[in-house]
Amino acid sequence: MHAVPSQNDPVEPDEEKGRRAGADLAVLSLSKAFGGVHAVEDLTFHIRAGAIHAVIGPNGAGKTTLFNLITGLYQPDRGEVLLDGQPIQGMAPERLARRGMSRTFQNLQVCMNMSAVENVMLGRHLHLKRNFLAALLRWPSLRRSEQACREKARELLRFVGCEAYLEAEASAMPYGALKRLEIARALATEPGILLLDEPAAGLNSAETAALERLVVRIADQGVTVVLVEHDMKLVMAISHQVLVLDYGRKLAEGTPEEVRHNPDVIAAYLGG
Amino acid sequence: MFAEFLQYLFSGVTTGAIYALVALGFTLVYNASHVINFAQGEFIMIGGMATLSLLGMGVPMPLAIGLAILLAAVLGALLHQLAIAPARQADVVTLIIITIGASIFLRGLAQVIWGKEYHALPSFSEQESIEVMGAVMYTQSLWILGVTTLLVLALALFFTRTLVGKAILATSMNRQAARLMGVRIQFVVMLAFTLAAILGAVAGAVASPITLTSYDIGIMLGLKGFVAAAIGGLGSGVGAVVGGLLLGIAEAMTAGYISSDYKDAVAFLLILVILLFMPRGLFGSRVAERV
Amino acid sequence: MRLSVPSKIPGLPVLAIVLLLVPIVLNDEFYLDIATQVALIAATVVGLNLLVGYAGQVSLGHAAFFALGAYGSAILTGTYGWTPVPALLCAALLVATLAWLVGRPILRLKGHYLSMATLGLGIIIAIIINNEGWLTGGPDGIPVAPFSVMGFELSIFDEYQVLGMTVSGALAWYALAGVLLLLAVWIAQNLIDSPIGRALRAVRGSEVAARVVGVDTSHYKLLIFVISAVYASLMGSFFAHYTGFITPQLATFEHSIELITIVVLGGMGSTYGVIIGAVLLLLLPQLLTDFHEYEMMMFGLILMLTMIFMPRGLLPTLSGLLQRSWPRRVRSSGQED
Repeated sequence: MHAVPSQNDPVEPDEEKGRRAGADLAVLSLSKAFGGVHAVEDLTFHIRAGAIHAVIGPNGAGKTTLFNLITGLYQPDRGEVLLDGQPIQGMAPERLARRGMSRTFQNLQVCMNMSAVENVMLGRHLHLKRNFLAALLRWPSLRRSEQACREKARELLRFVGCEAYLEAEASAMPYGALKRLEIARALATEPGILLLDEPAAGLNSAETAALERLVVRIADQGVTVVLVEHDMKLVMAISHQVLVLDYGRKLAEGTPEEVRHNPDVIAAYLGG
Repeated sequence: MFAEFLQYLFSGVTTGAIYALVALGFTLVYNASHVINFAQGEFIMIGGMATLSLLGMGVPMPLAIGLAILLAAVLGALLHQLAIAPARQADVVTLIIITIGASIFLRGLAQVIWGKEYHALPSFSEQESIEVMGAVMYTQSLWILGVTTLLVLALALFFTRTLVGKAILATSMNRQAARLMGVRIQFVVMLAFTLAAILGAVAGAVASPITLTSYDIGIMLGLKGFVAAAIGGLGSGVGAVVGGLLLGIAEAMTAGYISSDYKDAVAFLLILVILLFMPRGLFGSRVAERV
Repeated sequence: MRLSVPSKIPGLPVLAIVLLLVPIVLNDEFYLDIATQVALIAATVVGLNLLVGYAGQVSLGHAAFFALGAYGSAILTGTYGWTPVPALLCAALLVATLAWLVGRPILRLKGHYLSMATLGLGIIIAIIINNEGWLTGGPDGIPVAPFSVMGFELSIFDEYQVLGMTVSGALAWYALAGVLLLLAVWIAQNLIDSPIGRALRAVRGSEVAARVVGVDTSHYKLLIFVISAVYASLMGSFFAHYTGFITPQLATFEHSIELITIVVLGGMGSTYGVIIGAVLLLLLPQLLTDFHEYEMMMFGLILMLTMIFMPRGLLPTLSGLLQRSWPRRVRSSGQED
């Protein structure tokens, strides 16, 4: 593909597929409290490379806090997070992106001042030449790499099913398309691990079905997928492993089948 | 030696008290609306100039001050109703530029009405100064300190004991929650602008026997009040008072012992030091965490 | 909001044509003088707009960078006998270092800290310029040598022969200022269109989104702060050579406010908007001279009213209106390719 060398040491893409192999993630005794409330408490689990993992639990169980801890938006009070065996807890999100971690957000984080394609091109940031002088003087090599980046972004938009919005401004796109746009942007970083925070929230059933196929295709490319999701049908259909949280603690863990029959889980969900 | 130090201290605490009042005005408005109101300094000018021209018409001093404060209060409320409220959807930067426009407008208006000359109000007490351990203290300084203390106490009571005060506090902590609890945000913000204008006008009226007053006095006093608020952690009432006093004393000591040319630089050097080494200000950490 | 209507029009050629038309329509020393000053200030705010409009950070001390460029050139050429070009480059380097030193710790913080820091820095610089008369001439100001490159001197009082035509010094200076403005716009646009510019726009769109895809946002904020300071310094240097005499007035808080006001008035994030803002704001005092006594009042009033009724600034608001009148045409032309 178009591996561009640069002084800014961009992440080197895997030569074969342009995509690195999935990363594995281990969380050890992770804790985070907000003013006395334990959002995540002494949580330990392991996510295997290349699989689809779901994190579920009632509202306020600490799922999004967990994501924010793993992706560096929050600093953990205690505990460790290991990405491919390397400790990463407390690392800033921009550094984690270099290590192949990417995510989407429950409350959309799309740059509404840019077009759809530009939002995805932003995801290519680490893979681009970011030479300052070249930018100032609009060198031809920069124009070529921007053109290639734009092509790549359009390809990704088609991949996530946003082909109708190749020319759209982000501010003119419907909610469901913006959710897929976020996935395309995350994929543009060529992640080893992708964290999806409630990707199906607010989608209709046709859109959810499309999302289900998309997540499976992403995992098939070797990307480790972790998703927080409320749609149980989706979770049970595609996840290899499910982690159930309740009040920031691990309630259960296992295959969808195991979790479905776990008495604690049934009690937590039915007992509210 | 000691008398000299005491002299600088008196003068520092006096200007510090004025800065504290201005800083409290900034803090009030910032807490209620997150706007840095650059027109705050103009209310100091209005307090002094309006008192002066009313005195010139033969109005007795206490009434003149009262009317000047009333005028500032009305202008403060109008500033919010006519300029800030209609643009409340805009960027914070845009709102700040609006307050700068208001500040230029008020200054221009004052220049048209009152001219460009400098004036001094007569001292409030007959006796101009007293001697304390070899240092001269103006009786007006005592007036300034007394009035500032009273106002700070009154504000503290207002925020802890009255419903309206608590509503302002609640709004500054969490706008959304306050709205849900039935607080009328726009009213609260207007009240904050009005109170800030009153604080400024009082500062202007009590200070002008010492500092003199003119149409353009609001710029520097306003900026220094802002620095005092920022030193205190922009948003903290205690911080504003402490920041004001610290700034006043630091300025007086610099002017006395180092160089009076660089007296005005102290405030701005302090703000740089504070930002570099303790960016949340002296009392701001609590406020910052809430956000 | 991206401005589809103006961005479809090639801005740079239009600007070049307008700049060419000015001396043809208004060939008069008085107007050329104003136009030259407007062009230099416009180039300054094009740089400031990169910081305000794209990185969402506000500098309340940009006049000080402008003044440092001006005084740097004045002192290095006057007191130390340097030629203008190395002098202005050296001043710009100094300003860049200063901006970097102040910006680096502060741009890591969230909030309006940069505006407070630049406010403080700006006023301190103004006070120093006022007080250190031995170096700066103090409140009375300091004369500046005419601009020259390789022995060729450009003075408003001279006349020049170009291709057999006699060109007045004022016109020659206007041409230089025009070229500088075009260059400033070209470089700013290049930067905005590059990956660096995209990262910066993302800071304004969603900083957290930018960070999770690997954008080191505080690094880019710092970069753009330094660049905007260098813009101000360079234009300050040219301004000093042009006017031939500078005073501490250049460094005042009021001047900083004027610069930031131009950006907000013209339209944050709109390069051509801020140029229009510069034209209007600098012409306004000329138009208000008849009202003399009421000048300041009216200036404040106009500023307030514009910001209340057009909070996004002149050009974005007007082009937004245009877009609303022809929404279909704009959208369909977008869908075609």
